[in-house]
Amino acid sequence: MRQRSLIAITAALAAGALTLTACGSRDEDGGGSDNGGGGTTVVIGVDAPLTGDLSALGLGIKNSVDLAAKTANKEKTVDGITFKVEALDDQAQPSSGQQNATKLVADKDVLGVVGPLNSSVAESMQKVFDDAKLVEVSPANTNPALTQGTKWNGGEKARPYKSYFRTATTDAIQGPFAAQYVYNDAKKKSVYVIDDKKTYGAGLAATFTDEFKKLGGKIVGTEHIDPDTKDFSAVATKVKNSGADVVYYGGEYPQAGPLSKQIKAAGAKIPLVGGDGIYSADFIKLAGASGTGDLATSVGAPVEDLPSAKEFVANYKAGGYKEAYEAYGGYSYDSAWAIIEAVKKVVEDNDGKLPDDARAKVTEAMQNVSFDGVTGKVSFDEYGDATNKQLTVYSVEGADWKAVKSGTYTG
Amino acid sequence: MNELPQQLVNGLLLGSMYGLVAIGYTMVYGIVQLINFAHGEIFMTGAFGAFTVYLYVLPDGTSMAIALPLMLVGAVLVAVTVAVGAERFAYRPLRTAPRLAPLITAIGLSLALQQAVWAWYPNAKSARTFPQIEGGPFEIGSVTIQTGDIFLFVAAPISMAILAYFVMKTRTGRGMQATAQDPDTAKLMGINTDRIIVVAFALGAAFAAVGGLAYGLKYGQIDFRMGFILGLKAFTAAVLGGIGNIYGAMIGGVVLGLAETMATAYIADVPGMSQLGGQSWANVWAFVLLILVLLFRPQGLLGERVADRA
Repeated sequence: MRQRSLIAITAALAAGALTLTACGSRDEDGGGSDNGGGGTTVVIGVDAPLTGDLSALGLGIKNSVDLAAKTANKEKTVDGITFKVEALDDQAQPSSGQQNATKLVADKDVLGVVGPLNSSVAESMQKVFDDAKLVEVSPANTNPALTQGTKWNGGEKARPYKSYFRTATTDAIQGPFAAQYVYNDAKKKSVYVIDDKKTYGAGLAATFTDEFKKLGGKIVGTEHIDPDTKDFSAVATKVKNSGADVVYYGGEYPQAGPLSKQIKAAGAKIPLVGGDGIYSADFIKLAGASGTGDLATSVGAPVEDLPSAKEFVANYKAGGYKEAYEAYGGYSYDSAWAIIEAVKKVVEDNDGKLPDDARAKVTEAMQNVSFDGVTGKVSFDEYGDATNKQLTVYSVEGADWKAVKSGTYTG
Repeated sequence: MNELPQQLVNGLLLGSMYGLVAIGYTMVYGIVQLINFAHGEIFMTGAFGAFTVYLYVLPDGTSMAIALPLMLVGAVLVAVTVAVGAERFAYRPLRTAPRLAPLITAIGLSLALQQAVWAWYPNAKSARTFPQIEGGPFEIGSVTIQTGDIFLFVAAPISMAILAYFVMKTRTGRGMQATAQDPDTAKLMGINTDRIIVVAFALGAAFAAVGGLAYGLKYGQIDFRMGFILGLKAFTAAVLGGIGNIYGAMIGGVVLGLAETMATAYIADVPGMSQLGGQSWANVWAFVLLILVLLFRPQGLLGERVADRA
């Protein structure tokens, strides 16, 4: 009997370990901002996956926010205020995200948070921030429900949290935009839709599917993968036998890369199309040589081509950051800058000092923020969504993503 | 087109990988009744060992024909060193402690090894691209086999044969069997049980290292967390096959791999089950199978009578 109870305890411990490894944030120094300006210190929190599979995107976010803070300190954008960055690691886990949110709320100097990367993490953080009236600006969340409520698709848009804003476009636009490109421009008529069942992936796959059907395309199969595994051979075999001429994947690059590779290895020489979650240099690395021709949509126009982004790109290089700014760099910089602008407004309205209810005031000011940022005009509509709804299709060519087409979806 | 043969091959490959790792769980458990939860991480360090040999020891552009055996040696060396070190410094001091103490130590060691690779291996904070064997896929009838899979296809049965020979025919192997049956009596018969235990850890690690190398070749990438889920799956395979039985580990692995693959491929086609199919449900079906097996054969498929050892 002892043996069996040992196995029972072991199983329980294993389950515990599964969840435990997901927690435990690793604090990282935000990269010490310059101590110019003097006076009051305002902390901009960052929450993003700084370790693990998605860290390439997360570190890009952290570095870009750090650059925004340093720039504001150097140019003394807000008189008497020094900005500091406090970056926390959520490992793309909603539970860690919520812990981080609680931690940021507890720090009285935090007046705004940039992040998170994942829509599922955002879901767990929104209420914590809203209760504290602490403003949160995400550079990357694309799930429509975050700003427009869970019934956004049924025509009943209702903003759940007044403190949540984002500079990224939503999947309500991104999915259909991809569907139009695949159907009209790439002339692919039968698609196999795969998602990872997460908030972001499933949402994106659903908006894509709806529009693709509406256009007259055929969905020859659907599949939900388990993001914890790297073995997609069974799925790849199904895709091959379905006769699809394109695969749409709602999810992120750690799974999309191997998935693309294994689909092609199974003998289906068809492109994989995904959203901004696979638009990363790491996707190309993971998908290998057979990934050439794979497509991704991402928010905004290509940062490199925007005149407004030249300075950002140059400063980022000059900043000596080890990691690339990746897909969300420009949006992260703009998110941080929106917080800086809001703080500036609040301080200026209060005779150059921070008011006692600074958090609530900053949240209020955020609604009316408007400036020319890295990614174009930055301002928010009544739901907290970015008014800039540009998207771009990118294609893998050799070792790089090449912009193919920019535009937006107009229904 | 009939996809069954291809799916069987997919399942067999996945299962062979589980089996290679499961051997380590089962051997250590059979001899010291310890569930070595750090074993998944030993698998991971093996993969990184092979990668290190390719990256830092061999000159650039070495052909895989030459590199592969050396990578295998590197993988085995690293994994065995880590496992023997773990046995010597983490588990041996706790050999007479209550069973939960080494178990918790194993979990701690698992986390420590993951974090050590995360922190100190160059650029290991995200996945690293593993070298691939050149050459296109092979088509046999309707079945496609990747070049990267061939290593696993060849290595798994060979490893199994070597293990069977070792345990059945050699002096040390028979010593292992004796120690598993009754460590105290084995000691009285002049068997150095400390040595036997080290050999069990080392052998398990060597097989995990073969699995680690196969993982890299098959999936083209390795990362510091690769051993965690795979280790849990391999542990499940070991329980399914009957923990303590080395053949059971391999068979349990293959059964688990096939179950997952078949569930992914076919459950959704069963009328009324479309919501419960697909890869996201594969784990559920695999564990349903495990529960069913344990209900009717609590000792696992090939398990020994557990009661007389408790």
